[in-house]
Amino acid sequence: MTIEWGWLTTHTDDLLALTLDHLATAVPAVLLGLLIALPLAVVAHRVRPLRGLLLGISNIMFTVPSLALFVLLLPITGLTRTTAIAGLTVYTLVVLLRNTVEGLDSVPAKVREASLAMGRGSLGTLVKVEFPLALPVIMAGVRVASVMTISLVSVASYIGYGGIGQLFTDGFQRSFPTPVLAGVVLTLLLALAADAVLVVVQWLCTPWIRKGARA
Amino acid sequence: MDLLSKLVAWLTSAGQWAGSEGIAQRLFEHVEYSLLSTLVAALIALPIGLFIGHTGRGAFLAINLSGFGRALPTVGIVTLVFLVSGLSMTPVYISLVALAIPSIVTNTYAGMAAVEADTKDAARGMGMTGLQSLWRVEVPLAAPLIMTGLRLATVQVIATATIAAYVSFGGLGRYIFDGLAQRDLTQVMGGAVLVAALAVAVDLILAGIHRVLFRHRLT
Repeated sequence: MTIEWGWLTTHTDDLLALTLDHLATAVPAVLLGLLIALPLAVVAHRVRPLRGLLLGISNIMFTVPSLALFVLLLPITGLTRTTAIAGLTVYTLVVLLRNTVEGLDSVPAKVREASLAMGRGSLGTLVKVEFPLALPVIMAGVRVASVMTISLVSVASYIGYGGIGQLFTDGFQRSFPTPVLAGVVLTLLLALAADAVLVVVQWLCTPWIRKGARA
Repeated sequence: MDLLSKLVAWLTSAGQWAGSEGIAQRLFEHVEYSLLSTLVAALIALPIGLFIGHTGRGAFLAINLSGFGRALPTVGIVTLVFLVSGLSMTPVYISLVALAIPSIVTNTYAGMAAVEADTKDAARGMGMTGLQSLWRVEVPLAAPLIMTGLRLATVQVIATATIAAYVSFGGLGRYIFDGLAQRDLTQVMGGAVLVAALAVAVDLILAGIHRVLFRHRLT
């Protein structure tokens, strides 16, 4: 395989634009997934009978091929970025929901009871005690979901919102491997960068763990 | 709901199931691609997971490489290998194997890492060699998590094996790509439903095997 390095230097602007486009699809998908997963996880955590149902549904959604899911959303949301974001959100749910439920499960019942006994309401306990304690497990899920989403965005190039994935289609049609390789490497770098950012976010959000480590 | 009735008609027509391009044949191809890919991935990933779990060496590297593997865009890998090696099933198998390896490695390692040090010490104290401890103590204890990794990988591979059709091969992805090209939404949906049903069915079968194998366990 011959790599045309010249192509890379003449296309840096395009590569940057595609990377930003990639993020414009991936970031809202993960955030939206989190927004849906958190309340659902609370329900699954508190209402045992619903737990298997919710996790089961998200597991089944995960098995629908991504390309087909985008196509099936077309009649509803059309050829827009919304279709790409909505499809990817569905895939983040399986990881985010499972990890958030597991995170909430890992909070000892005594801690919750102590908070309630101290006069904190149920919602206050959830927000101020249970979520913070579950945060490491939830963040582990966010990291996996982000990396997964960044690698999946390229499938949306069939509906025109694939970001870096456009390079794959482009290279495929022209039998030109250089943009394809550039796309694979760029996706990996983006996933790596996103993961690093999330590690820092988690570090900033959990000062008590830092203190514990130092003591 | 017009689409739904069309979908049901598509899925239940006898003509659709028969022949060399029928659903039965496509289903068979899809299972063939998926099983072979998962098997090859297991042959590569299990020894790696067992080795780093048993020795504790290279865990950091292996776990991070697995995370890296998760970020590999399957479409990109297929296209790249296709452009380099030409038209064959190789690009499909390489990308599916690459997809399956991370889940198997991380779960195998997690299972092995969860075996308590005291248990391993006891095995050595009873005079077992390292290999005996691995096969007779650690692997049996880690087996449920190893199995979970294999299940996860299988489901992922089945859902993704549709890409075989992208480089002109068969499998259930044929309906999705042909349907897209012909703007036939019923066919696309039919393909998607079949893939999801296959993945769920295989997962249930593996879950059943899991339950039978580990029915004496507490966890």
